[in-house]
Amino acid sequence: MAEHSALYQLTMARVREAVREPGVLFWVFGFPILLSVGLGLAFRGRGPEPIVVGLLDGPGAVAVERTLVGAGLRVERLDEPAAKLRLRAGKVALLVVPGATADAPLTYRYDPTPPESRLARAAVDTAIQRAAGRRDPRDVRDQPVTEPGSRYIDFLVPGLLGMNLMSGSMWGIGWVIVDMRVRKLLKRLLATPVRRRDLLLSQAIARVGSLPLEVGTLVVFARLAFNVHVTGSWLALGLVALVGALAFAGLAILVASRAQNTQTVSGLMNLVMMPMFVLSGVFFASSHFPDAVQPVLQLLPLTALNDGLRAVMIDGAGLLGVAKPLAILSAWGVASFAAGVRIFRWG
Amino acid sequence: MDAVVCHQLRKVYPGARGLGGGPRADVVAVDGIDLRIARGECFGLLGPNGAGKTTTVEILEGVAEPTSGDVSLFGLSWKKDGAALRERIGVALQETRLSDKQSVEETLQLFRSFYRKPRPLETLLDEVSLGEKRAAWVSKLSGGQRQRLALACALVGDPEILFLDEPTTGLDPQSRRQVWDLVSAYKARGGTVLLTTHYMEEAERLCDRVAVVDHGRVMREGTPRGLIDELVGTPEGTLEDVFVVLTGRSLRDG
Repeated sequence: MAEHSALYQLTMARVREAVREPGVLFWVFGFPILLSVGLGLAFRGRGPEPIVVGLLDGPGAVAVERTLVGAGLRVERLDEPAAKLRLRAGKVALLVVPGATADAPLTYRYDPTPPESRLARAAVDTAIQRAAGRRDPRDVRDQPVTEPGSRYIDFLVPGLLGMNLMSGSMWGIGWVIVDMRVRKLLKRLLATPVRRRDLLLSQAIARVGSLPLEVGTLVVFARLAFNVHVTGSWLALGLVALVGALAFAGLAILVASRAQNTQTVSGLMNLVMMPMFVLSGVFFASSHFPDAVQPVLQLLPLTALNDGLRAVMIDGAGLLGVAKPLAILSAWGVASFAAGVRIFRWG
Repeated sequence: MDAVVCHQLRKVYPGARGLGGGPRADVVAVDGIDLRIARGECFGLLGPNGAGKTTTVEILEGVAEPTSGDVSLFGLSWKKDGAALRERIGVALQETRLSDKQSVEETLQLFRSFYRKPRPLETLLDEVSLGEKRAAWVSKLSGGQRQRLALACALVGDPEILFLDEPTTGLDPQSRRQVWDLVSAYKARGGTVLLTTHYMEEAERLCDRVAVVDHGRVMREGTPRGLIDELVGTPEGTLEDVFVVLTGRSLRDG
């Protein structure tokens, strides 16, 4: 009967501890959402950036302003000292100085070094000349394009998911095991007939049980808030997340196998995770690193996990498309679990 | 058949090498201990902190391995019959912190699930008088209640021997008495007890025989009354006096 099975009781105990600890819920569910909100807002596509030009106050300024605003430019009316200041600070790309009379020449005052000011000059000049009656001899059409899946947020969400799966396994298993050792609970359990296999297995089951919620929360949130789609197979996404979480569970057991206090295990886990936060393509693609180190980066478990998640979410991969990341993750999981169990200390 | 027999038990912890690669300072925690505890007996290991009591008990209850020496419980050895032995012993370690966010009942159900023939939950709750606290989280329990819960966890598998490492350290007098009553009741049911303590009153009250331990060795062994008569020789003498005679120190000096 399930209630009398040690595996069931151990798993339930683990689940209850997590659910009754509000901090755990925040780190698992709240933190990745906050991170995706923050980064999503910071890097969101803002549409075409307006060109801001300054316009020196003067007799002809009103007419010029009407022309420029009509052409979609953003205009700041400035007096001479303010104009100097804004131009120097780059707050306006260019300053239009209207002529004293309607026929007197306009002056464009700008620093031609940055491309924005040359762009501004072209836009302003076109608007002014057309308003003055210029006809363009060649008919042209603009067709604006946004590529779905190519935004920063599309890249970021799978990375955050991978990072979250990694930290969830490492903290949720590594830290918990060492905490049990510090509390002498591991030693106490060792004095009962409980099978050691059940103890470690219950940790893994509790971890896997939290995956649907953990992955689902972020995926659904990203869909609702940023319209990030999972273009590939859901089965493949689930499998990559599962194997990734288990691979890091193995690493967590290895890291926790000997640590005698929670400070040590925190340090060890950060030592394992920190380099991968940077190297494994969470926030920016790992292809930015030199070619010489690519073979190593490609073999890191978080790189494999992120590659797998991105292959499914962005490139629309199915099961076959994630075979390589799955193989790398499985190898990490099996090797680290075997090594961890071998050197594991209960006391 | 004796409940516990151990012979020439030794435990050496390898010391850290000094800076500059100096010689290792190994720590000898247990230095050749022989014990024989009969079934139904309550045996006390007495001694100051650091005497080697905890290490000795942990070896006997199978959670630590001796550097050398033999242990047998009911004629079985930990190496060969560990799984069978764990069904037959009950353990309360010094300072185990059970999970704060589980209730009393959940904690007991967890431990019950480990044993082939666990005792009924209600019996256990009654025995340690925690029936009213069954739904309370461990974090809400007093020191005495926690210790009684730890004892209930030790009694889950209906053990033939109970190992108690300083079961009343840090408890107020009333809680201490409740623990004593529990141990006495277990003894009255025919159970064997091995306990460590540095409270002489506890030893005199519960133990049929005691061994005074210091520096990892047994200094003297016998019944409390026998040791007092032999080494102190006055009717109002106590085990405290015995300890002073044997080690030249008072127990509280550590």
